[in-house]
Order: sequence, then structure tokens, then C-alpha cells
Amino acid sequence: MLAKRIIPCLDIKDGQTVKGINFVNIRNVGDPVELGAEYSRQGADELVFLDITASHEGRKTFVDLVRRIAQNISIPFTVGGGIHELSDVDKLLGAGADKVSINSAAIKNPDLISDVAKNFGCQVCTVAIDAKLDESGEWTCYLNGGRIATEKKLFSWAKEAQERGAGEILFTSMNHDGVKQGFANEALARLSESLSIPVIASGGAGKMEHFKDVFEQGKADAALAASIFHFHEIAIPDLKKYLSNEGIPMRLV
Amino acid sequence: MNVVIIKYNAGNIFSVDYALRRLGVNAEITGDIEKIQKADKVIFPGVGEAETTMKYLKEHSLDKVIKSLRQPTLGICIGMQLMCQSSEEAANGKVECLGIFNEEVKRFIPNAQINKVPHMGWNTIHDLKSTLFEGLPDNPYFYYVHSYYATIGANTVATTDYMHPYSAALQKDNFYAVQFHPEKSGSMGEIILKNFLNLC
Repeated sequence: MLAKRIIPCLDIKDGQTVKGINFVNIRNVGDPVELGAEYSRQGADELVFLDITASHEGRKTFVDLVRRIAQNISIPFTVGGGIHELSDVDKLLGAGADKVSINSAAIKNPDLISDVAKNFGCQVCTVAIDAKLDESGEWTCYLNGGRIATEKKLFSWAKEAQERGAGEILFTSMNHDGVKQGFANEALARLSESLSIPVIASGGAGKMEHFKDVFEQGKADAALAASIFHFHEIAIPDLKKYLSNEGIPMRLV
Repeated sequence: MNVVIIKYNAGNIFSVDYALRRLGVNAEITGDIEKIQKADKVIFPGVGEAETTMKYLKEHSLDKVIKSLRQPTLGICIGMQLMCQSSEEAANGKVECLGIFNEEVKRFIPNAQINKVPHMGWNTIHDLKSTLFEGLPDNPYFYYVHSYYATIGANTVATTDYMHPYSAALQKDNFYAVQFHPEKSGSMGEIILKNFLNLC
């Protein structure tokens, strides 16, 4: 049976994981390769590395980092952040990334999704969507890490992304992100049922029960989280054991 | 040992090279016919589309070369699918493939219970009948990304269930093939790559 996936997300700045991550059993938590390898040992099913560097030099460092990750880690990983055009995708896949996650650039230029799918295959193209439930009850998509509202609505945009060749949707609920009160299960379930590609849920994980809910109620194929893993609020082996005991198909290592 | 990874117009062949390096083997990535024929072991990996890839192989005479190999040869993902009789991944719905295995490659049709294509993520294999799987625990998980699958047939040596059972691995004479990505499947994948490297 296909397992539900647990995915830690690492923010990268100038080739290093951002400060504040606290791990006891590895030497250099600033090194994304060491941290990623530790998550892989713990049973993470995939990894996401998000480049939050703004500078040109930082970008070059990120491509070098992607190569080192591919050389050293034997599970799939997705990279995102700062992907604007096909040549960015080409560089990252060429360095060994399995998938790329496109967010703002896809909204500004939806043809980018089709171009990536056509040139490299649907399976490499994850479309990330940051959306917020507004007062009128609609999920509005945002650009640039949630700073700029767009005309796009979550469900229609996700459908369009699928039709253009996205292989997966990574949906972050801005209402739930950082609040630790659970994922946006209602919207996730609707999204998952309306799409024929996998959905990764992001935003809201605070305790282990939230993951059970996101798979059962939210019908998500995968769940992504950052700080709760980085700060040991939840350890991945404990989480996967708990979910497995609750009847959710999990790959236990 | 001289291991060759066949270079052609497919993505993701470096992952296999990296995985072999982690096992201490430096493979050569090449499309050179003579080098492929002389290798001790050949790996035919990749992620790609069947019709365009078959066309490329024919244009470079690699189709005949691969079929005539006598050393242990391992197809991965699209490599496995191309070693089958035919694939539905084509503009007109069918492309003839290498025909090393009699099995056919068909597209997953979403049903009421499972509606997600591609089959993406970790799934188990069962009914194992190959030396490739020696040393694996029960129901090991492997990483998959694919929208087409090989049917079950005489050459099936491992089965995976997604929508229905299909061939997770095929084997005939010196030809071995897996639908999943051992190079992306952590320690379980390493066992399979090691077993392949240890074949005589």
C-alpha cells in the first residue's frame, strides 16, 4: 500500500540552514546536508530545501549545495525558492534535485508550469500555493511568501496547475501556518478530491494528532512541517510509529 | 569491476551514479556502444517518456546494443518499461519497445478508491523471486514515481499494489529491471544495488 509521506522542510540562506535549529546528535546543524541526512536516518520520506537567499552569490551557493545533497542523501528531495525561469529549473535538476517547487513565478507566468512539465516531465514539477481564507469565505492565492494578494483562487488555480502539467500541489494555508492548531483539513479535502495529482499539506502542525487528522480528514497524500521537527517538539520516528498504530500507512525505518 | 550507466536523453541518471559512489563504485556514464558492450555490468536508468526515448535509442543504435547484451543489465523506471514489449506512452497510444520482456506497459486508470496519478511515493513489494532481493526484510518500501506500469507476466519477480497488482520488478536471463528507484530508496535501495553489483 502506498504510504503517506512525512516531509521536513529546511529553509536555506547562503547555503546554510537558518539559525535556531537545534539538534543534539549532529555536529553542524548549519549544514543542510548533515541535517538532511539526519532526517533521512530518522525516516523522513522526502526533504524540501527552500532557498530564501536573495543575492546572486547565494543562488550559486544553493546550486552547489543541491549537488552535495544529491551526492550524500539517498531519498528524494525537492528544491524551491527563487525559481523564475526554465534555466533555473535546468540548473537545479542538473545538480541532482528530484523535483522543483514553483510558487510566485508560476502565478506570474503560468506557462512556466507547462514548460517545466514538457521539458523535464510532470513528476518534477511541484506547484506551491500559499493561500488565505478571506472574510468572504474564499481562498485567495498570495505571492512572494504571502505578501501580495493575487486574483487567483486556490481551487481553480490548483486545477489549472494540474492541467498545465504540475505533478503535485503543495498547499500552505496562511491562516494555519505557525499557529500549531492543525492543518486546513476542510480545504485540503476539497482540494485532494478535486485533483488527480497528489496534495502535500503544509501549515498548522502542532502535535501528532494533527497529522492523523490531515491524512484522514484532509485526505492529504503527504504532510510537510518545519519548526516542530527542527525544535524536537515532535520526533519523526515517534510520529510515524504513532500514525502507523492509528492505521495510517507509514514507511517505518 | 567496470560498471557503465547508459547515457541517453533521459533525466536523473546522475542519482544512480551518486548512489553507486556511495557504495564505492565509480561507474562510467556513456552512450559509447563499445564501452557499453565491454562493461561488466550495465545500468539503464532514467526518467523520461517512452516514445521519444525509444526514438532516441533507435537513432543511436542503442536498441540493438541493449537487446544483445550478455552481462548483468539493470533497467530502472523508464529503463524497465522500455525493456518491455510495448508501451501505451505514445502519441497514438502504443509504441513498440525493446521486447526483452513480454510484459506490456499500460497507463494507470484512476478509479473510485484511488484517483491519484502519478503513483508517487513509497510503496511495498511482495512475492519476491530474484537474487536482487536477498537480504531484504518483509514488505520493504521503495520510492516510486510513474504513471505507467508493466503488467504481471512470466518475467515478474516482484509485485506492487497500486489500483491493482503490477510488476515491480522483471527478470529474464541476464536482464533485471525495477520500476522503483533503488537510488532514491535509502538503505533498502542500497541492498538491491549491492546485490546487482555482486551478480556474476
